[in-house]
Amino acid sequence: MIAPPKPDLVTVNVDGKEIAVPKGTNAIEAARLVGVDVPYYCYHPKLSVVGNCRMCLIEMGMPAVDPATKAPIMDPATGKQKINWIPRPQIGCATNATPGLHIRTQSPQIKDCREGVMEFLLINHPLDCPICDQAGECKLQEQSTGYGRGYSRFIEQKNVKPKRTQLGPRVMLDDERCILCSRCIRFCKEIAKDDVLGFIDRGSYSTLTCYPGKALTNNYSLNTVDICPVGALTSTDFRFKMRVWFLKQTNSIDTESSVGANTVVWSREGVIYRITPRRNDEVNDTWMPDSGRELYKSVRAADRLGAVRVNGAASALDLAILAAVDLLKAAAGAVAVVGSGRSSVEEQFLTQRLAATLQASATLVGRVGEGDKLLISADRNPNVRGALVTGLIRELPATKLSALGAAIDAGKVRAVVSVGEDLAAAGLSAAQLAKVAIVYLGTHDNATAAAAKVVIPTLTVFEKSGTFVNQQFRLQKFLKCVPAVAGAHDDLVVLTRLIAALGAAAAPAELHALWAVLAAEVPALKAITFANLPETGLLLDATPYAGLPFVEGETLHYKPAAPAAAAAT
Amino acid sequence: MATPVIVERKPLTFAERTYVPQILSGLKTTWKHLVKPKDTLEYPEQRPAIPPGYRGVPTLVKDPHGREKCVSCQLCEFVCPPKAIRITPGEIAPDAPTGHVEKAPKEFEIDMLRCIYCGMCQEVCPEEAIFLQNQFSMTGYTREEMVNNKARLYELGGTLPDQHFKWDKKKDAEVHGNDRH
Repeated sequence: MIAPPKPDLVTVNVDGKEIAVPKGTNAIEAARLVGVDVPYYCYHPKLSVVGNCRMCLIEMGMPAVDPATKAPIMDPATGKQKINWIPRPQIGCATNATPGLHIRTQSPQIKDCREGVMEFLLINHPLDCPICDQAGECKLQEQSTGYGRGYSRFIEQKNVKPKRTQLGPRVMLDDERCILCSRCIRFCKEIAKDDVLGFIDRGSYSTLTCYPGKALTNNYSLNTVDICPVGALTSTDFRFKMRVWFLKQTNSIDTESSVGANTVVWSREGVIYRITPRRNDEVNDTWMPDSGRELYKSVRAADRLGAVRVNGAASALDLAILAAVDLLKAAAGAVAVVGSGRSSVEEQFLTQRLAATLQASATLVGRVGEGDKLLISADRNPNVRGALVTGLIRELPATKLSALGAAIDAGKVRAVVSVGEDLAAAGLSAAQLAKVAIVYLGTHDNATAAAAKVVIPTLTVFEKSGTFVNQQFRLQKFLKCVPAVAGAHDDLVVLTRLIAALGAAAAPAELHALWAVLAAEVPALKAITFANLPETGLLLDATPYAGLPFVEGETLHYKPAAPAAAAAT
Repeated sequence: MATPVIVERKPLTFAERTYVPQILSGLKTTWKHLVKPKDTLEYPEQRPAIPPGYRGVPTLVKDPHGREKCVSCQLCEFVCPPKAIRITPGEIAPDAPTGHVEKAPKEFEIDMLRCIYCGMCQEVCPEEAIFLQNQFSMTGYTREEMVNNKARLYELGGTLPDQHFKWDKKKDAEVHGNDRH
């Protein structure tokens, strides 16, 4: 890999502290590096700079030079080069670091400026905080406390604007709360490439709206809700559901495709209320698709499996393991294991062990959709590469289990262990399912669960910790957000017990202990522990798999190395 | 070790030996209390006068126009030290008379077995919707009975005067407010 060129560093002076920053870093980011908070609304690190909120005003100065000779002018009082301060404040977001740049963020002039800007922003802002979903994570609340005047001089009537404008199926606009920062407009234009939002009218009557005949329907629309610094844009799904200060934040991974967008899952008392993106500049910046935000609904879905079943009758885990072992031993030599690209790396490792114990072949079910070139890739399995790394599979999975179906028809396979895959959806017919004894470990009810002799309910991604390997071969961890629903068993426990009951050496079912085994046995995961895996993930060596025809096309921060499968064939 | 101090017991005087002064002084106290006004009340027939600022059972109140004041901001739920309050937020339909308020509790429960009558819910409420009023006695035969639900809280709370009519003013501004351009 070619190392990126070292960026030019320039020294800037923030409130008297010198710091070296890459050239072109703006004053807000430079101040952040020395621990100075410059308030802002419209600036966003991943969007273009417009400078229309005026909150980030700073004083700016450059070292003085003689205009004629370009010789530095020294200040006799200090013996250093004189600084020429610009008399009027500048906006920090559009002030880029140049050698010798001096900025002041704490002067009386700047305090005055911030108070003035806050006062103007609050003129028409409604007193909605008790009913506003943004309360608790609202920049306007925080900064009016931190930098505002503290009292209002406004005695006139506030403007009244529409409170419930539906911009799209998932986004609701409260016009009164909007402070016209234009982040949502820039997001749609620059990131989502779906230019639908704009301002109409002038002055205090400016209003955010969709272009005539258009709606904010793209699959990234909820990112506008995330970046809205106030409560103007709200998610119709989360609206009025829960106040954010009650919610526990747990880091997780979006499982809908192999992009592996980093997410935060917000839950309270075992109930998940929303999913938002988590910044990872190497994977998803600060964005995530809308479709990934609804995945939490599967945890409490009506068809969630809640009881161990053996031959259709409710049973216990111990009995189910015994029944499964009986079935698998009866069909010894004719067992197939179907793993899942949705399982975590740890589960795939245990699935591989299970297959080895049973001397069975292991397959995965491929899921191929259309990539949107942003944060949903063509491979809709989050962890196919994890199966490659752990050795569960050697080549990329097909979308249909036709080989397995043929083997069943030929009588070569008499028992199937499915770790989380619906065999019927993967192309096996009802007749084929009826011919084999199925041990099904899964989360939701489906045709495979109905046909299975042994059904063991397992956990969704929100109820367990683990790791995924995304399309960049980046190992990323997700953490348990909520307790498991009643009756569901940890996948790792079920798999280790199944392996132990089949007579093989037992692996630890506890995640951290299992990682010690993984690090010892899987060469690619050497010296990694679950605890020391960084929050932003860890790139694994992808060279052993460079020849495989991965299906992903280009997405944000990812360029396919090999030509895509469709192009190759 | 310190040497033990022997306290000398004085012999009783003649008056003391007769016990008469002691009996008389005891009787004096008895008779005094017999004729003195009573400190106790014949509860429950008689009820004590409740001083202003008394912190009784927390209740939800309506404004003089009958609008439920709570907007389910859940600050009381957050501040409640014993976690006695449980609110399920809900939305007001846009076409309802108070549709402009947008938010109201779907359910509001205060567990009176947990409540410590601290009054922080009243203090924190930005809408002046929850008040600890004069009722001091909460009884019930089951734990469920001791949880006041929304209907019961409004029944206990009744209507209190309002000084702001914040939401009415808002609606007023919406109807006749600033003309556009």
